[in-house]
Amino acid sequence: MDFGWFYRLGSPPHVYRLSQTLTPWFGWVAALLIGAGLYGGLVLSPPDYQQGDGYRMIYVHAPSAWLSLMIYSSMAAAAAVGLIWRMKVAHAVAASCAGVGAVFTAVSLLTGMLWGKPMWGTYWVWDPRLTAQLILLFLFFGYMALRASYDDVSRADRLSAWLAVIGVVNVPIVKFSVEWWNSLHQTPSVMKMARASMPASMLVPLLLMFVGFTVFFLAYLGLRLRAEILQREKQSAWVRELVAHE
Amino acid sequence: MNRSLADFFAMGGYAQYVWPSYIVAMGAIVLTSLSAIRLLASTLTAVRQSIEETAVDDKEGGA
Repeated sequence: MDFGWFYRLGSPPHVYRLSQTLTPWFGWVAALLIGAGLYGGLVLSPPDYQQGDGYRMIYVHAPSAWLSLMIYSSMAAAAAVGLIWRMKVAHAVAASCAGVGAVFTAVSLLTGMLWGKPMWGTYWVWDPRLTAQLILLFLFFGYMALRASYDDVSRADRLSAWLAVIGVVNVPIVKFSVEWWNSLHQTPSVMKMARASMPASMLVPLLLMFVGFTVFFLAYLGLRLRAEILQREKQSAWVRELVAHE
Repeated sequence: MNRSLADFFAMGGYAQYVWPSYIVAMGAIVLTSLSAIRLLASTLTAVRQSIEETAVDDKEGGA
């Protein structure tokens, strides 16, 4: 089996050029998918028979919550690759994930609070799902604070990577908390017992938003990673050459 | 869906919760995108300046 592609991902100039090529495509695809999802979710889909139009918050709440878990898992995986293979680009990927991960964890908590008030009668309860999601936000903050507290980049990479890897234990807790414990939070909305639990008119816009948010993250990562690589590689010949031509 | 614009914005009485949640989420997408674009531009400028300063220093040192 050819692992050449994997080793090329360890090369900063290769990853920089790959990000440069892919980012605009990801950006446009994300904009189209999110635009279509918003139109479908706000205009085309019918009101819910129990929650009326209040359920439309699902089209931003669920994709934000998904993104927060997906970004943390990606950050932990990149951190693990950085620790195991000592790949600098992997640490750069992990560092690029933290800020946007914290933002979307906060968005999922805020939109969840806005949904909780009319449906549960309160903005916040110390429910297992909400508490685990709040811990996820603190893990992102902890990761960023730990990185910021070291001037030595390689030391910051190593120590923050350990925190990211250890913290990944919280991801299944967030995901399965609604099934493991009694919770005010509803069980998974999209799939129940491996079957879609929503009609297509509601489900399709939600899937468009899930994919749109994911592709948006890839576009963001492409931009943020290029800045991170430039910062780390500013003394290298390839960066001097690149800057001279841009 | 055939409903008036006023009904659409009223969101069946949930407007005060639905619209802020969309503003928060879409605002996060726009602001994080802009911050990443600005960070990349400022990093490129800083790296370019640092390279130019090094080149000037090298020239002066060599002269």
